[in-house]
Amino acid sequence: MTSIDAGPADQRRDTRPPAAGSAQTTAPGATATRPLLEVDQLRVHFATPAGLVRAVDGVSLSVRAGEVLGVVGESGSGKTVMSRRAMGLVGPGTTTRLSGTVRYDGTEISALPPAELSKLWGSEMAMILQDPMTSLNPVKRVGEQIGESLRRHLGLDRAAAHQRAVQLLRSVGLSEPERRVRQYPHELSGGMRQRVTIAIALSCDPRLLFADEPTTALDVTVQAQILELLARQQAEHRMAMMIVTHDLRVVRGHTDRVVVMYAGKVVEAAPTRTLFAAPRMPYTEALMNAVPPLTGSNHAVLRVIPGRPPNLLAPPPGCAFAPRCASAQERCLTEMPPLRSAADLAGASPGGSAAGAPAGGPAPAIAGTPDDHVYRCWYPVGTEAGDEARRTNIERGHTAAGTPILAEAV
Amino acid sequence: MSAGLAASPAADPTAGATVAAGAPARAPRGRRQRRFAAVVGKRLLHLLIVLLLVTFASFAITDLLPGDAAATVAGENATPEQIAAVRTELGLDRPMIVRYFDWLGGVLTGDLGNSFRTGQPVTEALAQRIPVSFEIAVVAQILALLVAIPLAVYSAYRPGKLIDRSSMAIGFGAAAMPHFILGMVLILLFAGGLSSILPATGFVGFFDDPLGNLKSIILPCLTLMLGEAAVYRQLLRSDMISTLQEDFILMARSKGLSPRRILFRHALRPSSFSLITLAGVNMGRLLGGAIVVEVMFAIPGLGQMVAQAVYDRDYLMLQGGILVIAVSYVVINALIDLLYAALDPRVRRRG
Repeated sequence: MTSIDAGPADQRRDTRPPAAGSAQTTAPGATATRPLLEVDQLRVHFATPAGLVRAVDGVSLSVRAGEVLGVVGESGSGKTVMSRRAMGLVGPGTTTRLSGTVRYDGTEISALPPAELSKLWGSEMAMILQDPMTSLNPVKRVGEQIGESLRRHLGLDRAAAHQRAVQLLRSVGLSEPERRVRQYPHELSGGMRQRVTIAIALSCDPRLLFADEPTTALDVTVQAQILELLARQQAEHRMAMMIVTHDLRVVRGHTDRVVVMYAGKVVEAAPTRTLFAAPRMPYTEALMNAVPPLTGSNHAVLRVIPGRPPNLLAPPPGCAFAPRCASAQERCLTEMPPLRSAADLAGASPGGSAAGAPAGGPAPAIAGTPDDHVYRCWYPVGTEAGDEARRTNIERGHTAAGTPILAEAV
Repeated sequence: MSAGLAASPAADPTAGATVAAGAPARAPRGRRQRRFAAVVGKRLLHLLIVLLLVTFASFAITDLLPGDAAATVAGENATPEQIAAVRTELGLDRPMIVRYFDWLGGVLTGDLGNSFRTGQPVTEALAQRIPVSFEIAVVAQILALLVAIPLAVYSAYRPGKLIDRSSMAIGFGAAAMPHFILGMVLILLFAGGLSSILPATGFVGFFDDPLGNLKSIILPCLTLMLGEAAVYRQLLRSDMISTLQEDFILMARSKGLSPRRILFRHALRPSSFSLITLAGVNMGRLLGGAIVVEVMFAIPGLGQMVAQAVYDRDYLMLQGGILVIAVSYVVINALIDLLYAALDPRVRRRG
């Protein structure tokens, strides 16, 4: 299908030592299937007149074949840059400094020249962007925009590409596909356009789809339809997917595992159900509390996370979330916590304090994804140390970072 | 003009390629034609108003100029009586407004009057000179675009690299130089000073001697196109750079398309609107004759004719030239609007 040679990949598979202590550490017995995408210590720094922006700062994660990974974070957390770097769309430049490796199906794609990378784009890896109003070319017909990939990667001629484009539009649920292929993007609604971009992304049957905020720019009712469509296509094509979003509700129902990013770093990663049952990082918990509950009072007060995302130009020496964290202690301000495994938390009180999260201990791991739950915090939520830290801050009325804190706000 | 406009609804470059005849998505034919007729009608009215204003203004200004056409025609040694007789004969003793409407009446019947100086009918003079100016204008524009577009596209793709920087430096040099200096430099280089491969002045008709024609227009065209190419490159480069930031370009990259395809098939068309506008304005200007260049290279075009008419107070000749310049501006503008619609489907909707 592509130029990737299976031979060297297999050799690497045998010789590569198992990665330890990072987000994708797997339990014994699960090492037989190697991840489709492996991101290791990825860094993307941009040199700007104001200084070096550490957009992505040492991210490691993996996506298995057929698995759906959610990457969650606020604007500016580096999630979009990370996903584009993982795909190779962010390349080296005069102001862009890159390090770390990305392996796709055993091939180190972070070392491939652009011409080789572009053979994978569209055929092996595809992408959907946030705003379908801007991600389609306004002066090209829908059918032509779908047909381009087909002609490039599958070598179809114009007529065959046209036929296939009609089929693809039908498969993503567009009515009158014969008419749609001849229309221009401005003649379609937002939801229809996003269906078109999905059709483009799926046209060559990729094994990995990067969906960057695929529903953020859409109406709420359309959001559900698009997520539904993505889930169905993902299952039908047995395709792996990385959904990048700021919306935990998108992640909750549609992912196998979740990685939470903050200030360019992974701050928590776990199978989705484990994460929602027992978030360990106060930032994850705060994100969950900032979403209005589906059930309950109409006037539930949302717990807003105080402050702003950190300045990536001058990251604080300790935990980047400490200035906004209700549990922050002196140690958090000076010492960056490492990623640690939640399995080591002896006597951790199960369930955490997340509102609306089902109580009753860590959920059973989803079959085939026996991943560790890892987090980056000195005073994790739902542990004695965490409860103690929170209590201390409430008693003194402010956190170690000086952020005022009230009992009812946590 | 209306023939050019009427051909446009079919001028949809991609329609024939991807789809067979009969598009059910389109509005019913009758409604589209009515809307189209309304657009053409508005254009023609626009043209009429512009022409009346321009020709009246030029009549008034020529009238206010010092100097006397009758004195010029009667000769240097004429007595005041002789001059007065000539003035009556030419009808110059009548008020300006009367002469204007007299001229306007002539325009409607296709008679633009005769040159005071040579007695040649103005229409005949125009028929000789329009093709010359037209050829030079068209060739200069095509050359400018042929040079500017690839340079702009590559410069936008690799900004700050050698091609970008060197084409910018050379371009600014060419654009900053007045035509008469640039023309001299070219004459020195190719027609006398360093080599004599091209004629310095004169014009050979295309049908008399195609090769000679080509040789005779190279230097005037080069003089005209260099500065324009520099401006076009600069304009298209900056529009391309902003288009390349668009999401749909990222999307095109993520489809694995080649850089060449992305640049020329995805980015160029949405980036070309300012370029087309400017090229249209320049084309209108050049069709009216490039006065400096035509005089310098002794090209018998409209510009030279207009310049001579001003010296001679040959006001009917001048009126004829101005009429052609005004018409060509308006027609070019209408063509540019049609080109927008052909390039951007979103414009077609608004009508």
